[in-house]
Amino acid sequence: MKTMTKARLKSPWVLHFDCGSCNGCDIEILAALTPKFDVERFGIVNIGDPKHADVLLVTGPANKRNQRVLKNLFDQMPQPKAVIAIGECACSGAIFHNCPNTLGGVDNVIPVDVYVPGCAARPESIVDGVVLALQKLQKVSEGEKVD
Amino acid sequence: MVDLTNPYTYVPVVLVILAPVIGGLLMGIDRKLTARMQSRMGPPITQPFYDAIKLWGKEPFIASKIQPVLAFGYFGFSLAAFALLAFGQDILLLIFTMAIADLCLIVAAFNSKSTYSNLGARRELLGMMSYEPVLLLAAISISFVTGNFMVGGIFQFETPLLTILPLTFLAMIPVLVIDMKKSPFDVSASSHAHQELVRGIYTEFSGYTLAMVELGHWTRVALLLGFMSLFWAPNLIIGTALAFMLFFIVLVIDNSYPRLDWKTMVKTTWVVGFLLILANIVGLVARLVIFS
Repeated sequence: MKTMTKARLKSPWVLHFDCGSCNGCDIEILAALTPKFDVERFGIVNIGDPKHADVLLVTGPANKRNQRVLKNLFDQMPQPKAVIAIGECACSGAIFHNCPNTLGGVDNVIPVDVYVPGCAARPESIVDGVVLALQKLQKVSEGEKVD
Repeated sequence: MVDLTNPYTYVPVVLVILAPVIGGLLMGIDRKLTARMQSRMGPPITQPFYDAIKLWGKEPFIASKIQPVLAFGYFGFSLAAFALLAFGQDILLLIFTMAIADLCLIVAAFNSKSTYSNLGARRELLGMMSYEPVLLLAAISISFVTGNFMVGGIFQFETPLLTILPLTFLAMIPVLVIDMKKSPFDVSASSHAHQELVRGIYTEFSGYTLAMVELGHWTRVALLLGFMSLFWAPNLIIGTALAFMLFFIVLVIDNSYPRLDWKTMVKTTWVVGFLLILANIVGLVARLVIFS
């Protein structure tokens, strides 16, 4: 494996954005950083700056007020990057289906690479989702076409 | 002239080349120890290198034309300051070169319209304002003992400086905390201040410019700890152990205090730093007067 690909897989910095979730999934994301799950042992760091981030974690359904912010954050992240939709709401809109103020899943605003279902998504499945996103980063790094 | 057959001639050159590597390993040890203090496993010690290589390969978002030049300047001047230390040159020149390196970072951060970046740069200036006088006073007290400002002069002085300047050594702890960007004085660029600062002074750097800034930061940490090892200069093995002990103390402080505001930072550093160093010098003068 090339050094750059290895470095990319060893240090995915995540950016966490809550677009109107009930905080259930957000608490589970933060639980992944605690001593029990400790994702920093894989080099995963929760970073506040989109310009430094590799993976975008989105929770909650996209709505008309925050879709601009979500799009902006996605555009500010440098390539290569991956997006993970965490929780039922971010995946499909879930209980907010057909609500007039929401847009449904996050994939109506930005392209999503990995869907992590669950209400709330468990820390184990979130870590699993990040590993899946890394496979995408690896393919991009090795020059494969990914859609 | 320089004796090229003597292997010891090459030690400073090797040290300067290895400075970013030593600093990177120190940051890795820092992350591992911090994780262990929080009863986590922590990343491998080589983690900072993976981070820097990854950042180097990311798409660069350049905020202004001068920003990459200043990012390289930060690393370059930090390395130059380390070279001054390794070749046993003037301590004052070393402190001023460090200040120029820091100024490169501050100007780069001011060179964009981002609020967070500007706020971080202003706080970094306040940080410089806090530790520079203490650092200068420490250099003056060292010259007071050894008779000159040269790093080489400390090596010619047989007694370890720690036994003569223990309070100056203590006064350097807040300086290290500020310059290593650790709690409670990590006001300019905390890695944990997501809501308040985003990434402070680092906010507008990305891709290879951020990698250069990281390299510069590692070099500075290696430089400061190298400077602290001079306090047991005749025997550098004990000196290095002393620097590691200090590094551990800074990590314990980092993990036991929350971030404080800049006013507390300036007050603490000035009051504690000035009082300790002045007490040390007054004590030395008093001893000279009594025993002569």
